[in-house]
Amino acid sequence: MTNYSAVVVEGLRVRRGGPEVVQDVSFAVPTRTVTGLLGPSGCGKTTLMRAIVGVQIVAGGKVTVLGRPAGHPKLRDKIGYATQNPATYGDLTVRESLRYFASVLGAPASDVDRVISEVGLEPEAKQLVGRLSGGQHSRASLAVALLGSPELLVLDEPTVGLDPVLRDELWELFWRLADSGVTLLVSTHVMDEAARCERLLLMREGRLLADDTPAALRTQSGSEDLEQAFLHLIRTSEVVA
Amino acid sequence: MNATITWATARRVLTQLRHDPRTVALMMLVPSLLMLLLRYMFNSEQAFSQAAPALLGVFPFLIMFLITSITTLRERTTATLERLMTMPLGKLDLLFGYAIAFGVLATLQVALAAGISVAWLGLDVEGSMWLLLLIAVLDALLGMALGLFVSAFARTEFQAIQFMPIFVLPQALLCGLFVPRDQMGSVLDWLSNFMPLSYAVEALNQVTSSAEVDGTLVRDLIIVGGCAIVALMLGAATLRRRTP
Ligand SMILES: Nc1ncnc2c1ncn2[C@@H]1O[C@H](COP(=O)(O)OP(=O)(O)O)[C@@H](O)[C@H]1O
Ligand SMILES: [Mg+2]
Repeated sequence: MTNYSAVVVEGLRVRRGGPEVVQDVSFAVPTRTVTGLLGPSGCGKTTLMRAIVGVQIVAGGKVTVLGRPAGHPKLRDKIGYATQNPATYGDLTVRESLRYFASVLGAPASDVDRVISEVGLEPEAKQLVGRLSGGQHSRASLAVALLGSPELLVLDEPTVGLDPVLRDELWELFWRLADSGVTLLVSTHVMDEAARCERLLLMREGRLLADDTPAALRTQSGSEDLEQAFLHLIRTSEVVA
Repeated sequence: MNATITWATARRVLTQLRHDPRTVALMMLVPSLLMLLLRYMFNSEQAFSQAAPALLGVFPFLIMFLITSITTLRERTTATLERLMTMPLGKLDLLFGYAIAFGVLATLQVALAAGISVAWLGLDVEGSMWLLLLIAVLDALLGMALGLFVSAFARTEFQAIQFMPIFVLPQALLCGLFVPRDQMGSVLDWLSNFMPLSYAVEALNQVTSSAEVDGTLVRDLIIVGGCAIVALMLGAATLRRRTP
């Protein structure tokens, strides 16, 4: 199984400021897929992603990424991570900021123009990041994650605040990347994005409620609508608990 | 340590500053303007000449402390640090990158203030001008390293600025700028022995008053440089790859 999983999480527990915000979560992310991480705001999506990229102090459990423990130095140029709050330098231009991150990653200089065009920021390439709109800023931050040749992309709500056309283009990009061999874990709380994932992880209040394909989730609940499927799942989990 | 990443970081910090010409202008001009102010406040070349060397130590120390504590705090709070920590960047690459960029600025700042003081305000430098610059730059790096260290204990820029009266003001008051250290109360004189700025000011006074490079001067240089390195290492320890 491990050979076919880019990420394996076993019994992960994370405490943030007291309460356990990730409680005994286990799952595996198969390679070369787009896996969606869904759940209401505050359910622990960002925390889980931070644990996978190795910047979160964890209270227990095991996270294995590309066959190594999360946070291993050898993983540092193999994972592209886009934080939920855009993490780029507001007082640099889009291109200057990408050039810096490219040097840090040891990525070729030509990558800068490639990723600018992948996220559709060519017209803004020479603008200061701090002067961009919210959606443009988050694309500038997403672009950083695409630099180099990451094997795993961990994208925390990368499409929030984007217009539908751009959102569609980015999802097409995600699929192209998956086809070329990259594994993607993308968090979202938009249902129609969930439908575009190959697998879905549903979280609620720090627990994993489901780990399945969208089709299986629909069948299980007997509803064509994913939103309904999730409501069904949440209700049954509450009955069990 | 990776030279490419260190250099890229230095270039990035300098580029950020290039987009903020007002800050650069203030950094460059304020120390020189203050020297001018002091020259006419004393209204005597001789009195100015006595205070000027210490000031050349205090200004870069103070300004670098402030700038670094705020820039690194910004890096911590805007998640760029978190992102860098997931990348193949060593903590020292980041710190030395900052040190190079701010070191360049500090050198220019001190060169301008010292140049103006010597050319127009009547400051006599008996020793080597290069040595004077070196001490002032070490001093600026010390301020930088301390600023970096304290930025770990501040959550907002407002708090970071409040650290200045705690970390910088006592050193500036007790370093011999206002009253020679051996004329202060014995407790304060004793305390000033533990403040690195005292040694920087002693060295600057020595370089301006004599051309001789004696043991005391060398010791002072080692102390200032050593403290800067210790503060930088403490600063490195506050950069964490994993956070709660
Ligand atoms: N820095 C922090 N310190 C303490 N608690 C935090 C911190 N960040 C997030 N939390 C808490 O952890 C829980 C999960 O947050 P998060 O992982 O950001 O959720 P999501 O990304 O799903 O919105 C929330 O209850 C949130 O309040
Ligand atoms: Mg989140």
